[in-house]
Amino acid sequence: MSSQANFTHAEAAEQFIADEPRTDWHDDTLWFVREKRDKAAHSLPEWEQLRQWASDIKYHGLSNMHQLLVDFEKNAIANGIQVHWAVDGKEHNEIIYKIIQDNQVQRIVKSKSMLTEECHLNEFLTEKGVEIVDTDLGERIVQFRKETPSHIVLPAIHLKKQDVSETFHEHLGTEKGNNDPQYLTEAARGHLRDKFIASELAITGVNFAVAETGGFVVCTNEGNADMGAHAAKIHIACMGFEKIIPKAEHLGVFLRLLARSATGQPITTYSSHFSKPRAGQQMHIVIVDNGRSRQLGRESFRNSLKCIRCAACFNTWPVYRRSGGHSYHTAVAGPIGSILNPNLDMQANKDLPFASTLCGSCSNVCPVKINIHEQLYLWRQEITKEGMAAKGKTFAMWGMSEVLAHPAIYRMAGKMGRWVVKHLPFLTNNGMNPWFKQREMPEAPKESFRDWYLNNKKK
Amino acid sequence: MKVGLFIPCYIDQFYPNVGVASLELLEKLGCEVSFPLNQTCCGQPMANSGFEAMSKGCDKNFVKNFKGFDYIVAPSGSCVLHIKEHLHDEEDPVAADEIRSRVYELTEFLVDVLKVTSLQASFPFKVGLHTSCHGQRGLHLASMSELVAPAFSKPGTLLSMVKGIEVSRPKRVDECCGFGGTFCVFEEAVSVKMGKDRIGEHKDNEVDFITGVDTSCLMHLEGILKRQGSKIKTIHIAEILNSQL
Repeated sequence: MSSQANFTHAEAAEQFIADEPRTDWHDDTLWFVREKRDKAAHSLPEWEQLRQWASDIKYHGLSNMHQLLVDFEKNAIANGIQVHWAVDGKEHNEIIYKIIQDNQVQRIVKSKSMLTEECHLNEFLTEKGVEIVDTDLGERIVQFRKETPSHIVLPAIHLKKQDVSETFHEHLGTEKGNNDPQYLTEAARGHLRDKFIASELAITGVNFAVAETGGFVVCTNEGNADMGAHAAKIHIACMGFEKIIPKAEHLGVFLRLLARSATGQPITTYSSHFSKPRAGQQMHIVIVDNGRSRQLGRESFRNSLKCIRCAACFNTWPVYRRSGGHSYHTAVAGPIGSILNPNLDMQANKDLPFASTLCGSCSNVCPVKINIHEQLYLWRQEITKEGMAAKGKTFAMWGMSEVLAHPAIYRMAGKMGRWVVKHLPFLTNNGMNPWFKQREMPEAPKESFRDWYLNNKKK
Repeated sequence: MKVGLFIPCYIDQFYPNVGVASLELLEKLGCEVSFPLNQTCCGQPMANSGFEAMSKGCDKNFVKNFKGFDYIVAPSGSCVLHIKEHLHDEEDPVAADEIRSRVYELTEFLVDVLKVTSLQASFPFKVGLHTSCHGQRGLHLASMSELVAPAFSKPGTLLSMVKGIEVSRPKRVDECCGFGGTFCVFEEAVSVKMGKDRIGEHKDNEVDFITGVDTSCLMHLEGILKRQGSKIKTIHIAEILNSQL
């Protein structure tokens, strides 16, 4: 289900960085969130213990997925919730469309759900002539602009208030040039309030589904999931199957980690526990696979399914902060997206695991201890094994490996290389050499270390 | 104590002074050092580009050169990490295992094995310490800003033993410089932007030099500094620890 982008991450990143002041602003804004996360983490002496527990609980869940899902379904049905299973995004969308048709509803609100982005639900329903209103403020902004979220927690983080002002002027009739955040937020509030009151069906995501209770928890800062679910007569909650946790008491670990990791808040403003439909309401849960069981079967990559979508890895990632979310051409961008998306479509996303320096900061901030940077390395191996590397790169790497495997050839090549840099600098200092575009070449010394060693040390 | 000196390929070819300083420093500290003459590369450039299978020749050559030493020491966190995590040799698996457990980055070796508590070094300059990721997050040469854990820095500890030096750290104390191996050419725009941002923070500290444990990061930063016409120079930590200025 991934989109076939006609650009690579590197190309999109170069375009993004061309506006350097805006890149600096984007970088600083997200770094500020990373710093808030650090402050929140350092305020809990037991932080590393919590991460370990979260990781262990999730591992347990991945190892016992079958039983947990069976238990969850049984308990949810007993609570009066209707449970649906979707093998992929298409089936997920069709299930939702059928519920819409069966109930003949037209006014639909949706709170933030990265799963529905992954399944391209909005496009699907729009094609069917069904209007769906995103109620998360950031998502509503990007929806107006016909864009996709650039960040899984802060969907409109790529936009400045001036951009929002223009968008609202066009779609909500706010004053032109009024960039006051208070004014703009109030306009959005009024607009969304009308949508909530009129809504007949509310779609939400799921942050945690609890196997032992058959209930689920949705976390928002805006209360929009609650507004939707409480006003509409039908509530559909969509979840990837990996959202399951065994027991309600485990929420005590995850809810403490989630918001601290995401934004540095002790907890999300709203952590709403749904367990059964109220009188006269329908409650549905759509449990989606969409490649997850394939990922579960990949030993090296299965632990990516521990992800709780906090986006801490986005905020710390030096590449993401300087390339923007849209450079990832996928619903879930950033480091976690770069290890999840090759599973969904390796060919379309073969550039993503390479868009990293493997610095390891992403793994360190991860509240469930996913070894993200190690998986990036492993995806690189998979992608070249599948023959998806560019021919030129494969040839260059082969040449390099041959030179480096043979000491005498290596020494000759090194000598030639140094000679070229010194005497024929135009061969390296030109537009064909990406290093030289914004960097000088290192100076070539007259002798290698080995030469020096032989002349001065080896007697 | 027999120490095999591993000088990564690009240091051998382009930064021989880093090798010289490492060798002299280890000898000053009483090690019996030899430089196996047929060494080349750890294989990381291929492996990190997804061509792990092509690094077998390098692995084999590495094992041949470094078998039998008590310790293998290199002035590079990144290459040492690669050896530690990925060195294999089907023909001589025991030797490869031994090497993986005996390979050390230079500052790690000085602090953890030699237990150096003082140095005869002086370097009267303002120096910004760049924390290289693979050494830090991979080899744990320093505490990491992301983790809730006590602060320490092996390179920092050694620099504090140098007379006359004034060490500063950038505002974002351990953000990556953007080198990243072949990343630096395949993601050129992001790579350079990351490097410029690191340099900017060192400039704010008015440093004379930027130092670190990895010449690769320093080479990348040096390339940008030179293009900018900056007076700031890069210098490997071995050269500072070995200097008598």
